[in-house]
Amino acid sequence: MGKIWSFIHKLGSPKWFYGISARLMPWFWTAAVILLLAGSVWGLVFAPQDYQQGNSFRIIYVHVPAAFLAQSIFVSMAVAGLIFMVWKIKVADMAAAMMAPLGASMTFIALFSGAVWGVPTWGTWWMWDARLTSMLILLFLYLGVIALRGAFSSRDSGSRAASVLAMVGVINIPIIKYSVDWWYTLHQPATFSVTSRPAMPVEMWAPLLIMVLGFYCFFIAVTLMRTRSEILRRESNKRWVRELAGDQG
Amino acid sequence: MRPKRRQKLYLSLGLIALAAIAVGLTLYALRSNINLFFSPVQIAAGDAPFERQIRAGGMVKEGTVARDPESLDVEFMVTDYVDDLEVRYSGILPDLFREGQGVVVVGELQPEGWLRADQVLARHDENYMPPEVAQALEEAGYSPEDYQAKAAEVGARMDAKQQGASQ
Repeated sequence: MGKIWSFIHKLGSPKWFYGISARLMPWFWTAAVILLLAGSVWGLVFAPQDYQQGNSFRIIYVHVPAAFLAQSIFVSMAVAGLIFMVWKIKVADMAAAMMAPLGASMTFIALFSGAVWGVPTWGTWWMWDARLTSMLILLFLYLGVIALRGAFSSRDSGSRAASVLAMVGVINIPIIKYSVDWWYTLHQPATFSVTSRPAMPVEMWAPLLIMVLGFYCFFIAVTLMRTRSEILRRESNKRWVRELAGDQG
Repeated sequence: MRPKRRQKLYLSLGLIALAAIAVGLTLYALRSNINLFFSPVQIAAGDAPFERQIRAGGMVKEGTVARDPESLDVEFMVTDYVDDLEVRYSGILPDLFREGQGVVVVGELQPEGWLRADQVLARHDENYMPPEVAQALEEAGYSPEDYQAKAAEVGARMDAKQQGASQ
């Protein structure tokens, strides 16, 4: 336990984070590339069709991972915001700032792929149902967080405002998750759950699981990479960054 | 933890809790408006307004789909297995429309108790399976609505068989 705490403590130091992330990043990039390639080929070519939807069912292999990530990134952003607000850890704020555009893109991908999927299956690309609407609100929350951060002349005020909005906005996440259980919706209930077996045979869900893992590795790799460049940008007048630049240049 | 930080932590958590309560109460107050559709039971109980656009949802009752051979007119019953609602529609139905399938119909409820639909949307459930499995189920004498319940079970059996064969 003490070891974990000291690891978390050290992560708060930009210099240490810069060092450890350089070692971790290649692993996540490799895993992301392998998993995404394997998952897409398996899911889009080899997985069987659905008996009702035929090939349009294959949109699931992009739609579900993107939707998972859209929600997970928002939660990560809110946790980073809390850490920044309470413990004043700057790396947490940098990571949160770097996650927001990726989260917004994932939300857009989930909404867009859902709309494309909705046309052949439901007969409509959009419906103001609780799941779709709460997901649209998530997109607006992401855009709000990004805009709010840039709306202040002082970076610290922007960071604090964005953290508060992320923390409050996280309430939307359980609403998205349970919308299909709490209300009548056009969207069907969850395909994957922690407690029960997936409602599809293994040759359908195995590629989906691989895609989900691949998306998560991609998210971690991108966040590490972008946070590293943000650290260099914000700490550019610190001695260790100058020394680093001097070494290489 | 330093007292100042502890205070900030409580303040942040308190803010989240307050916002959650506010949102929760709002959603609770709006719960009937958030539901996408009325079920046939609610319509039978008189919850749905007449001659205003509403949405009704349920399953297409087995053996009730009557198509007019001359036009695109179609009549069917939407059921929640308690009450039924008669729906009349003229237009193209989504690919997934079939007996035993979940649907949402958009239209106006007539005083005689049937619904004139402007739009028919198909719902689908969270179960997916390959066509061979569906065919095997049909040959084994299961009706379409049993598919979903049996799908997971059959999937599990197939997994077990494959694992048994590979070992």
